[in-house]
Amino acid sequence: MTWDQWLVTAVGLGLIPLIVWFFWIKRAAGSYATTTGTHQEVLIIVKGGYTPDTIIVTKGAPVRLNFQREETSTCSDTVMFPDFSKSAQLPEGKTVAVEFVPDNVGEFEFTCQMGMLRGRLIVEDA
Amino acid sequence: MLKQSHSHHFQDTGQTDKAVADAGDQAVEASDAMDEAAKKDEAEREREYRTLMDKFRLAAIVSVPNVVLMYPKIMPGLVDLIPPGSETERLVWGLMGVLTLPVLIWSGSQFFFGMWAAVKHRSANMHTLIALGVSAAFAYSVVAVLFPELFPEGAATEPFWDVTTVVIALVVLGLALESKARGKTSEAIRKLIGIQAKTARVLRDDEILEIPVEDVLVGDVVMMRPGEKVPVDGIVEDGHSSVDESMITGESMPVEKAPGDEVIGATMNKSGSFRFKATKVGKDTALSNIIRMVQEAQGSKAPIQRIVDQVSGYFVPTVMILAIVAFVIWYDFGPEPRLIYSTIVLVTTLVIACPCALGLATPTSLTVGIGKGAENGILIRSGDALQTAERISVVVLDKTGTVTKGEPALTNITVMPDFNDNRILSLAASLERYSEHPLGEAVVSEASDKGLKLHEASDVMTTAGHGISGSVDGVRVLIGTSKFLTENGIDARGLEDVAGIFAPQGKTPVMVGVEGLPAGVLAIADTVKPDSKDAIKRFHAMGLKVVMLTGDQQQTAEAIAREVGIDQVLAQVLPEHKAEKVKSLQAEGHVVAMVGDGINDAPALAAADVGIAIGSGTDVAIEAADVTLIKGSLHDVATAIEISRATMRNVRQNLVGAFGYNVLGIPVAMGVLYPVFGILMSPIIAGAAMAFSSVTVVSNANRLRFFKPKGGVS
Repeated sequence: MTWDQWLVTAVGLGLIPLIVWFFWIKRAAGSYATTTGTHQEVLIIVKGGYTPDTIIVTKGAPVRLNFQREETSTCSDTVMFPDFSKSAQLPEGKTVAVEFVPDNVGEFEFTCQMGMLRGRLIVEDA
Repeated sequence: MLKQSHSHHFQDTGQTDKAVADAGDQAVEASDAMDEAAKKDEAEREREYRTLMDKFRLAAIVSVPNVVLMYPKIMPGLVDLIPPGSETERLVWGLMGVLTLPVLIWSGSQFFFGMWAAVKHRSANMHTLIALGVSAAFAYSVVAVLFPELFPEGAATEPFWDVTTVVIALVVLGLALESKARGKTSEAIRKLIGIQAKTARVLRDDEILEIPVEDVLVGDVVMMRPGEKVPVDGIVEDGHSSVDESMITGESMPVEKAPGDEVIGATMNKSGSFRFKATKVGKDTALSNIIRMVQEAQGSKAPIQRIVDQVSGYFVPTVMILAIVAFVIWYDFGPEPRLIYSTIVLVTTLVIACPCALGLATPTSLTVGIGKGAENGILIRSGDALQTAERISVVVLDKTGTVTKGEPALTNITVMPDFNDNRILSLAASLERYSEHPLGEAVVSEASDKGLKLHEASDVMTTAGHGISGSVDGVRVLIGTSKFLTENGIDARGLEDVAGIFAPQGKTPVMVGVEGLPAGVLAIADTVKPDSKDAIKRFHAMGLKVVMLTGDQQQTAEAIAREVGIDQVLAQVLPEHKAEKVKSLQAEGHVVAMVGDGINDAPALAAADVGIAIGSGTDVAIEAADVTLIKGSLHDVATAIEISRATMRNVRQNLVGAFGYNVLGIPVAMGVLYPVFGILMSPIIAGAAMAFSSVTVVSNANRLRFFKPKGGVS
């Protein structure tokens, strides 16, 4: 092999673990919901993804997730909580609240209808 | 499949909207918001489509010279004008690069924005792949044109401007067509939202005012003229008319309305004038409930989607890794010019992979299928219900109100010699008018159907559980059991013989005595709905076993079962034991659909794999039901199962197509066919395949819009 082939091979093989790390291993730290009045509340911006995309709440207390969609792409116009058979339509520029009381501790996913945008809801013990 | 299953994890606090405290305002806001959201959604979609088409046009226009110049032989004389390897050629290439730049920046902008938005969330999607693919092609071309000396001696240094612009053009066109086609998938719900009335004419302070439908209050008296749309739900107070309710119930025949009858908002008044009192307005109307239910169902997930969900998180990064692997292998071991080949496989692999086709496969079919149900008066609550309904093997039917009309009717009149049918019926009905017994109502209703004249009755006496007596037009009449007649001095033995014929047929005999003589027997029975028999034939044709569940005596139940062709009868089942019977059928390995009225049968509906509430009318929010049928026809049960089967078949076609496309397309793009067959896919073909794979998936889902129920027009 010539030097350029070695170089291409080395760069290529170097990129693979980088992709694995970036997309699968490194996960963003979660955002804790803030308690306002009776609810644990979080504002989630929907734009190419959910910001924040990892939300930590406490078991047993009512939760209010305020979704605000800031893009025209119709991909993200529905948010779904498949573990709980819950979904909400998100009109552009409007804040839509999804409310519930988490009864079980664990990690639950929420996604767009096609499952391309993903977020996690972590329910922790009080 | 109990509806409250989600409360397993979550308790719904019941307030998902930022609700306004005042109920009236809330109602107005809800119906307004729905209409507004639908319009906005459509406008958004239209705007997106137009922008995409503009972007496509620019990319397509620039693509024409790009392709021609890359393949100069296709235009005679061009090779002479721009000789290969000349300075002129290099100049033209440079010029084409300048033209390609706006295509990349503007026509391809959504790919870069999409990629960036996703990267910020450490995720990758279709935009990432296209953005990387076209950037690679563009970057290579820039280097090839500006710094040809960087390439090894003898390596061709042609740019890939054509790949850049054609791939962008095709994928953008694909997105535009997909957006248009996706708009069609929610056509059913848009139609429902669109049929709402805009104004109402109400009577206030003795004055008829035309007001917006949002301002109608519960208790308002609404005036209706022929050809007007009923604005809200209510009860007719005065007048007669026939109303076309097909838009809500799917029932094609107009329904007669008289005082006391319910009218549904958004239905069309045909012939007469009437006035009605508004009982439900705003978000409480039947239409609003239906829309909400359908939207919720369309936003739910079918279990089959889980396969896709598991794959989709890994899909795009995996494709990126495969593209790199292909590039390295071609660069290290491929034929010369190696850089060109490896760039081609890199771009082709990135471009051909289509995560969208996978993601769209299930939700689009589901949206169309559930919408199709709503058009036929069949409300399917969730993707889960839709998927389970496909596997139903046994249909359990409640008897009263499901197979039968649920209201007794007079089926036979047998009279003794010297008496005549109409005379006896007239006398009996004249007396029964004073009774509130359901059997009595059947007699009166038959007499009025026959147009018989009824007479005043006097000295009317009711003996609960036995009979009724009185004088009609001076004639002494007794109606009741044989014991009742005997006690009143009538020899009922002859009547008992007649009655003995009816009992095995599941009918209730009622004896009539006139002026101390045995006069005749009236047989009364709950009659089967006119289309039950046909519908049950349809179940059999679909390979389903049909079981009837009833609290009635075995004899009565079997008579009905024979009449309509039911396979198995479970009689004398107390209401509280119905759920157990459903469970025992499930234990035998059956997937059970339970069909009942949804109120008395709630536990059995909840226990069944699919609970179907039938004939709910406008009260659609039945908690225990997975499927709610607005009309009372069993045909709709068959149609619901047909819709489920058709939708799931469609979902599978989509999933197989989308998976198959990617599983076959990606290795071909990587060049696995090259060593043996010498075939290498062009990135342009990959772009075309990618663009049309997702369009195909959505178009296939849209085929469901043409679904027609197989049997019995109901």
